[in-house]
Amino acid sequence: MKPPPFDYHCPETLDEALALLAEHGEGAKVLAGGQSLVPMLNLRALHPAVLIDINRLPGLDHVSLEDGRLRIGALARHRAVLESAAVREASPLMAEAYPYVSHGPIRNRGTLCGNLCHNDPASEMPAVVLASDAEMVLQSASGTRSVGAGDFFTGMLSTAARADELLVEVRMPQAPAGQGAGFHEVSPRKGDFAYVAAGATMTLDGGTCSGVRIVCAGVGDGPHRARAAEDALEGAAPGEDAFRQAAEAATEGLDPGEDFHADADYRRDLVCSLTRRALADAASRCH
Amino acid sequence: MTTPRTVELVVNGEPRAADAEPRMLLSDFLREKLALTGTHVGCEHGVCGACTVLVDGESVRSCLMLAVQAQGAEVRTIEGLGSADDMHPLQEAFWEKHGLQCGFCTPGMLMSAVELLESNPTAGRDEIREAISSTLCRCTGYQTIVEAVQAAAEKMQGEGQ
Repeated sequence: MKPPPFDYHCPETLDEALALLAEHGEGAKVLAGGQSLVPMLNLRALHPAVLIDINRLPGLDHVSLEDGRLRIGALARHRAVLESAAVREASPLMAEAYPYVSHGPIRNRGTLCGNLCHNDPASEMPAVVLASDAEMVLQSASGTRSVGAGDFFTGMLSTAARADELLVEVRMPQAPAGQGAGFHEVSPRKGDFAYVAAGATMTLDGGTCSGVRIVCAGVGDGPHRARAAEDALEGAAPGEDAFRQAAEAATEGLDPGEDFHADADYRRDLVCSLTRRALADAASRCH
Repeated sequence: MTTPRTVELVVNGEPRAADAEPRMLLSDFLREKLALTGTHVGCEHGVCGACTVLVDGESVRSCLMLAVQAQGAEVRTIEGLGSADDMHPLQEAFWEKHGLQCGFCTPGMLMSAVELLESNPTAGRDEIREAISSTLCRCTGYQTIVEAVQAAAEKMQGEGQ
């Protein structure tokens, strides 16, 4: 199908883009990579009155590590993030997870920030930034605010960004020295949306697990942090039994939803298996 | 504005211009406005890969890009690759190795393969599989496509020496 009619603006400065967002608000959608937005337009799932194309805004495509902080701008394409040495240095988890994000042509256009704003429950990166204490920098004509990842993802395809705000940058603290990360996913084909994905990070502190983070995608209406499983492992000695127990804890009380691809029991099985593997990988990569 | 605007771009080395409504997809612009029907339209939501073209040297789904976004861009389509009388080594290899049956996915497969071999002339089987994984083929089972791209890579390297 073809997109419905809309007005199209292609601002050349950030101020101009924010003024347009302030003017059009709920009736407007921001067009960055378009790899989620344009399919929704083609399927007529969205009928925005106005598209604000930010692709010609200068200075928003950075992927940089400065003073222990990873900064990724609104126009950083998936491919740039995937290939970034700064990301490999600052976030072992993001580096592990990125090869699972889609295919070449989608990565050439799609942006990390757009992916986060779309907040598809089966998407990898919302879970990754949730595990990484990321901050979302939201800018509007009336000011700038920062929202933590834990508050940013508010439900199915929903975020805390207001209609007049643009996610101009995601910021993450550099992972602690020695941190190991693991990420595993099951999807129908490589690069497709996940049935379930699980990621884990930890450091080994005096022979015990420390700073454990466990996140899942594809298990509900957004990225899921398995706090009970994290607590079960914190301070424990790493090992197969400990990882299995933590992985089982990750499924407790979990209502992963279901569709014709994967029912809830299967998704819980995947959470358990993939979390266990992610934890084992994370532990083996601590240094 | 929903009113058409003129899109000026370079397609296969030639400056082209045509009017397009903002909602017109690049795939439809190429086919309907520029009469370049070699770019195939399959799913129209970014899944099948048949409409893959190169924009400023990078593969993109032309069904997931608006024509107005290609203003000033350099676009390469299957028509720019070769002709029946003067085929690109990839096209010859697809012929020789049976890299197609119905041919619907072939423009997308070829443009993905061109992007790969131009950036990585010595690509191995795993890299070829990764590159073509963005395009669905319902005929070949992919094995002959991988063999075709590999054969083309060897031929192109030979010619380059």
